[in-house]
Amino acid sequence: MSELLTAARPRLDGTFLERIGLGNIALVIFLVIYPAVASEFFIVQIGAYSLIWGMLALSLMILAGYGGMVSMAQISIAGVAGYTVAIFGMNHTGVHGFGWPFWILVPFAVLLAALVAGLIGLISNRTEGIYTIMITLAVATGFFYFTQQNYALFNGHSGFAGIEAPKFWGINWRAPVPFYYLCLGCAVLSYAAVLYASRSAYGLTLQAVRDNARRMRALGYDVTRHKVVAYFYSGLIAGLGGVLLVWFNGRISPGTIDVSAAINVLVIAVIGGMRHPIGPFLGAVVVVLIQTFAIDVVGAERYNTLIGLVFLLIVFASPDGILGLWEKAKLRAPREQVFQLDPLRAGVMSITNRRKRNI
Amino acid sequence: MSETSVADRLYGAGAPALELDGVTRHFGALAALSGVTMRISAGERRAILGSNGAGKTTLFNAVTGEFPLTAGRIRFFGEDISELPTQERIRRGLRRTYQISQLFGRLTVLDSVFLACRGVSGRRFSLRRPDARDVSMMQARSIITAVHLDDESDRLVSTLSHGQQRQLEIALALAGAPRFILFDEPAAGLSPSERRDLVAILSALPKHIGYIIIEHDLDVALRVADYVSIMHNGRLFKEGTPEQIENDPEVQDIYLGHKHH
Repeated sequence: MSELLTAARPRLDGTFLERIGLGNIALVIFLVIYPAVASEFFIVQIGAYSLIWGMLALSLMILAGYGGMVSMAQISIAGVAGYTVAIFGMNHTGVHGFGWPFWILVPFAVLLAALVAGLIGLISNRTEGIYTIMITLAVATGFFYFTQQNYALFNGHSGFAGIEAPKFWGINWRAPVPFYYLCLGCAVLSYAAVLYASRSAYGLTLQAVRDNARRMRALGYDVTRHKVVAYFYSGLIAGLGGVLLVWFNGRISPGTIDVSAAINVLVIAVIGGMRHPIGPFLGAVVVVLIQTFAIDVVGAERYNTLIGLVFLLIVFASPDGILGLWEKAKLRAPREQVFQLDPLRAGVMSITNRRKRNI
Repeated sequence: MSETSVADRLYGAGAPALELDGVTRHFGALAALSGVTMRISAGERRAILGSNGAGKTTLFNAVTGEFPLTAGRIRFFGEDISELPTQERIRRGLRRTYQISQLFGRLTVLDSVFLACRGVSGRRFSLRRPDARDVSMMQARSIITAVHLDDESDRLVSTLSHGQQRQLEIALALAGAPRFILFDEPAAGLSPSERRDLVAILSALPKHIGYIIIEHDLDVALRVADYVSIMHNGRLFKEGTPEQIENDPEVQDIYLGHKHH
């Protein structure tokens, strides 16, 4: 009986740990012990904030990196989830605040965001390239002005304040360290899901649509549906990021989802690189660090200039962001080692090669 | 497994594979196809010849639905497919290749052929990673062997040579259970030895799979076809067996330019 079960189990390439990848394991261990070595400021303002923006940029990376669709409306989708949390949960503004419990509220907000994302996908589906950017930017701008001018639902310019992360399992998730772990949990979940699904049948169809939509139709695929579903999935991650973002800020107003925030998502994804789901998180760390400390370096007047210069520098050195720099370094390094016939190194090489193929 | 039921297939077995009835396609004032009527029985292998601009590729695009028809009907194994979107026609067992390779540059050979197999078998939105025992994955491997791409199966498509990309084009058309295939100049740019390979692959196709092949190289076209149609200015100009076509003085004058041995 037990032999039958073993036989029925699909064969894995390598061990479980090998399949996850040494790099990913090391990264998770570092991020888990990070609060033990970092100050409160670095835990929340840098750590948690980078994880949240990383998730928002990851939601764009799914569309742009795998699907070839650059959407500027990811921040609006996060905003839909954020506003939903403010309106249907608790806030101190005295407008709406229906006080739904978080375990209904959060799934509801995320699902609503994903449905809106699907709708945006449906609208922008007939466009390609720069026209997708234009139409999604129009959606983002339209939503920004709508929230600013609509008082009945969105409470206009001032938005909602006093939105708090919930308390459950006896933990106050608003406190710095728990909030960091909450963000880390959501980010790791999103990252792992994207990494796994990128090699699933659907993940491959999305990348194939990016490379050649016409051929995909001639292989029996309904390309429109595959694109819209990608928007839906990206909306789940953007929505979750949006919920964390309003909990982080404690408030949401049109300023949270304005055009510069929409551009921020794109800048983070481009700086990080869009070939692998780790890219958006790398980009988020870099951008959050610059945005936090640029004021100290060049003053409040010019910190955007510094961000712009770093952006130019990275994109100039590598069109594929930090990931591209990393790939270049890796390609250069092992070349001397290959012919040394060192068995240990050869083993490492075969692992990295396998991982490269799995990307 | 295509999405046609067994009953459809039994019914379709009697009907011709492809019936074109007055198929017409205009681009503005240009009549790329005008009133093409053609009947190809199941399992038949047909070559279409004609000069550039004769409408051969447009005919393929019309049959697969990539260009909507201006007028006319298309029946596939007895079923009117004129209004169906491309993917629905593919799921019924129609396949095609492209004159200029239409591939997925950043995917591997194996993943490309896997997608071709999945496209006609359902579970297209599955979020599970296919393992080695996945039906589509096993099909993909055997197709890759059939087109001699075994050694390249883990390579990115963009790194393949031209000849290998042409082989992959054919592999994508063989996925699933094709009932009829449209080959658009599969020999374009191939070396003489690669052409011999191609003829071998086409000849080795199961007898029930019919196809139309557009081919300028008469050595290839006349060897793999039972019957030849010649197109000219968007119309059918002449039909016949390879021998009749080869010896037809009118055809020789216009298309072959010289006597062909």
